[in-house]
Amino acid sequence: MKLIHEIKHLIHKEFLLEFRQKYAFAGVLLYVFSTVFICYLSFKKILIPANWNALFWIIVLFAAINAVTKSFLQESKGRQLYYYTLHSPVAVIISKIIYNSLLMISLSFLCFFCYGLLIKNIVQDIPFFILNITLGSFGFASVLTMVSAIASKTNNNFSLMAILSFPMLVPMLITLIKTSKYSVDGLDRSLSYPYFGVLLLINVLIIVLSVVLFPYLWRE
Amino acid sequence: MKKNWWKIAAVVLVLYSIIGGFLFKVPILPILHETIRNLYFHVTMWFAMIILLFVSVWNSVRYLSGFDIKYDIIAKEAVNISIVLGLCGLVTGMLWANYTWGEPWPNDPKLNGVAIAMLFYFAYLVLRNSIDEEQKRARIASIYNIFAFVMFIVFTIILPRLTDSLHPGNGGNPGFGNYEDIDNNMRIVFYPAIIGWTLIATWIMQIKIRYHTLNAFLNSNTN
Repeated sequence: MKLIHEIKHLIHKEFLLEFRQKYAFAGVLLYVFSTVFICYLSFKKILIPANWNALFWIIVLFAAINAVTKSFLQESKGRQLYYYTLHSPVAVIISKIIYNSLLMISLSFLCFFCYGLLIKNIVQDIPFFILNITLGSFGFASVLTMVSAIASKTNNNFSLMAILSFPMLVPMLITLIKTSKYSVDGLDRSLSYPYFGVLLLINVLIIVLSVVLFPYLWRE
Repeated sequence: MKKNWWKIAAVVLVLYSIIGGFLFKVPILPILHETIRNLYFHVTMWFAMIILLFVSVWNSVRYLSGFDIKYDIIAKEAVNISIVLGLCGLVTGMLWANYTWGEPWPNDPKLNGVAIAMLFYFAYLVLRNSIDEEQKRARIASIYNIFAFVMFIVFTIILPRLTDSLHPGNGGNPGFGNYEDIDNNMRIVFYPAIIGWTLIATWIMQIKIRYHTLNAFLNSNTN
């Protein structure tokens, strides 16, 4: 019960921080929008489902790295020490994962909206595609949160962030591209179930690992 | 001498697998033909690699439970050697693929999974080099190592089973075990080869661990 209370407080704090530093969120929004716009200018319309789908996920991937990287890096050593004295590490990591997932889900929906508006929406099974986006953003956010925590402990954290997170994200990305291709083509929904299973499995694994390992990382 | 019997065994087993691998009888199969002999090298190196990665992650866990730097050295060296084995396995695998599947890098989930796994462990080494302080480096590297190993298992063992793969044992392709491909003539070379490569890798690892432990000892004495 105490843990849930702490998590609630920490998520509230994250929202407050985000609200106070509006430029960070606005920057990510601008990043997503300009990427989509550049793609629109270069492709005009993409009618081949495979290309449409792959490009969408690549945009979401880079947006995710940009959006989540700051979650640990933006906070100073002193402030992290302050949280350490106040909260249990499990509460800190869970709250960050929840917050980043919410951030990522809203970002990817926005991305989907802009992308569909400019580069024509060719998705045939929209509810399932949205389910894909939700699962995908949740997965990206949980991986990147933990990697960002690891990278924040090193000296040159921004370049390490990309090196450490890419190998973890790519398999997830491949799975996502495969399932969402089924919904773009409007194929039978039962085809995507095993992939959803994999995505859920990866997500659960990452969250369990984060909760188990973060207390060790946290210690200075 | 009593303690070194396994080193002799390593050399003998690997020599045996090389000589036996090239000379013993193998079943004549379509497409594979004589390339089936690569089983003794490609597959066995991968086995040794996975065993070493397991050793590495086990030592990372032990490091996190007691913070003894000794375990971190073992974990790091195990990763180093398994990267070498992994690259050897990749090269032999590409040679094999070139003659049986028509190209050195066919689009296969297992190949891609392995390439990603290699990236994981290169990232592990980069991560290690970017932190100066010894204990901190050991701690963070151990955490990443555990993360990487779990993902490695998911991507190379669980994920390819869901999709079609050219490799035996995946997506409807029968594995060597329940197929009559690998007969007893092959087993008498295959299993000793796995043990041989694992022992050779352990030997290299032992030397490197001793070197690093001595180095750490000397450094702490001069300071």
